[in-house]
Amino acid sequence: MNAITANEFAPPAAISGPRSKALIFGLLGLAATGAGFAMDHHHFFQAYLIAYVTWITVALGCLGLMMLHHLSGGAWGLMVRRQLEAAAGTLPLLAVLFIPIALGMDSLYHWTDTVAVAADPILTNKSGYLNRDFFLVRTVLYFVIWCFLAWRLRSLSAQQDATGDPRLFKQLQGWSAVGFLLLALTMTFASVDWVMSLDPHWFSSLYGLWFFTGAGLSGLAFTILVANWSAGHEPMSKVLVRSHFHDYGKLLFAFTMLWAYLAFSQMLLIWSGNLPEEITFYLPRMRGVWTVASVFLLLGHFILPFLILLSASLKQRRNRLMQVAAWLMVMRWFDYYWNVVPTLQAHHGEFHPFQGVWIDIAAVVGLGGVWLWFFWGNLAKRPMLPINDPFLAETLGYD
Amino acid sequence: MSHGHELETSGRLYGLMAEFDSPSTLVDATHQAYERGHRKMDAYAPFPIEELAEALGAHHSRLPLLVLIGGFVGCFAGFGLQYWVNVIEYPLNIAGRPFNSWPMFIPVTFEMTILFAALTAVFGMFALCGLPTPYHPVFNNPRFSAASKDRYFLCIEAEDGEFDRSETRDFLASLGPTEVTEVDH
Repeated sequence: MNAITANEFAPPAAISGPRSKALIFGLLGLAATGAGFAMDHHHFFQAYLIAYVTWITVALGCLGLMMLHHLSGGAWGLMVRRQLEAAAGTLPLLAVLFIPIALGMDSLYHWTDTVAVAADPILTNKSGYLNRDFFLVRTVLYFVIWCFLAWRLRSLSAQQDATGDPRLFKQLQGWSAVGFLLLALTMTFASVDWVMSLDPHWFSSLYGLWFFTGAGLSGLAFTILVANWSAGHEPMSKVLVRSHFHDYGKLLFAFTMLWAYLAFSQMLLIWSGNLPEEITFYLPRMRGVWTVASVFLLLGHFILPFLILLSASLKQRRNRLMQVAAWLMVMRWFDYYWNVVPTLQAHHGEFHPFQGVWIDIAAVVGLGGVWLWFFWGNLAKRPMLPINDPFLAETLGYD
Repeated sequence: MSHGHELETSGRLYGLMAEFDSPSTLVDATHQAYERGHRKMDAYAPFPIEELAEALGAHHSRLPLLVLIGGFVGCFAGFGLQYWVNVIEYPLNIAGRPFNSWPMFIPVTFEMTILFAALTAVFGMFALCGLPTPYHPVFNNPRFSAASKDRYFLCIEAEDGEFDRSETRDFLASLGPTEVTEVDH
């Protein structure tokens, strides 16, 4: 293999296309979300939280997959490492975008209501953990850890591009081992704080794993979408081939099953225990219109992608795989919607699913547009492949 | 007994077998034989060679479909059995849950799906490969035992449409084998 140069794998000029489109969609979406804020504060914060969790799990999923690849190796990860790094590099932006949630705590989290907490012995006992200050301190801590890990791994990777020092490979592995552990712990706590505590009485020890696996699935689906775009443009069109997409398809299949396994395990445990403090999560979701939403989640998030991804030839065709990945991204949003909305409606004493759902959609499009604009900007800064990675030459012969 | 067997079958040609000393010459030879129109042939090597299945044009197996059907049968059998027991034949009120307490049925349904799919995969593979085969003519070539050690064989069967005793022999000889043998039934 001849030497691989940074010039040869310079990012395509065509990146500016999706980048400016993302910004336009982002600004339009945020404008619509702003209109939603003026109409209904509660609904705005709900929509913003769902949209925020949808996109931060993409970034965290990419960070996790990147560390997983540093630890395990394999051709699949080298081809998309720059994408994973670019997505992980959006975490500082996401830290800033958390501010509206901090401002909307009163609307979102019942445990911020001191009068209600004082009147409720269970919430009083939990108030050592669930209180405003500690919530914010924890969130800051999560972002410090995540941003540090993303920065550290990206800068080591940049040094590897520049110098090709073989010791960097071991350093990347070392940081990934520590980082993966930290990521698993911080994401578990973040899932409890941001989503599970929406109903402060309810608890599920599987929630962190559900969140973590969901993030992996989000990150992978997003990776497939961007890889499909890259494979249509020079220089990646020369090297991203069928067998890589077959690998992404297999991973997507595995993550879809793992998500279903964990989401269902949680339900099975709570269903068989049938304890009053746990079953409150599922009862509203198994009644009335929410039943339809639950069946849709089961079909759309698991059964349909499962059956489609059984096909080996489909996993190799990037256009088809891209469609499945795009559908799963939509279902990821819907999974969060399904997790958040019934709980919040129960607190506000309402029960009308999908009312004003346009605000939720506007928020996820708006936030996503801005996030993608930042992501494409990151991707345009570096060569599309880690040119000095010790395994790259071998990978490029892989077909 | 074995002597009588040989007498009975001698002269009935099973095919022509070429022996190669490297996997790449075998794959090349198989490609050329396929291009020449040979279909009733098989290649033998001591370890799996991915390109070989491709060269033999053997990529379209019916096994995946059988496994899928096996999985569905297991899925419906597993769920159906529990439904029949708990709802129709012997309904019991367990902690006030509905008789059709479907979340509780899923683990067994899942395991039955896997069990039936796996068993279909194993036995379907045997059936599609024609196993068990206590007697196979290729072993009449005394050198064939090397196929499980360090030699690579390509055998074009006499039943093949393009087969011609002398022409096929010349063709195989042109592919760089170490030896070409006639294999009797």
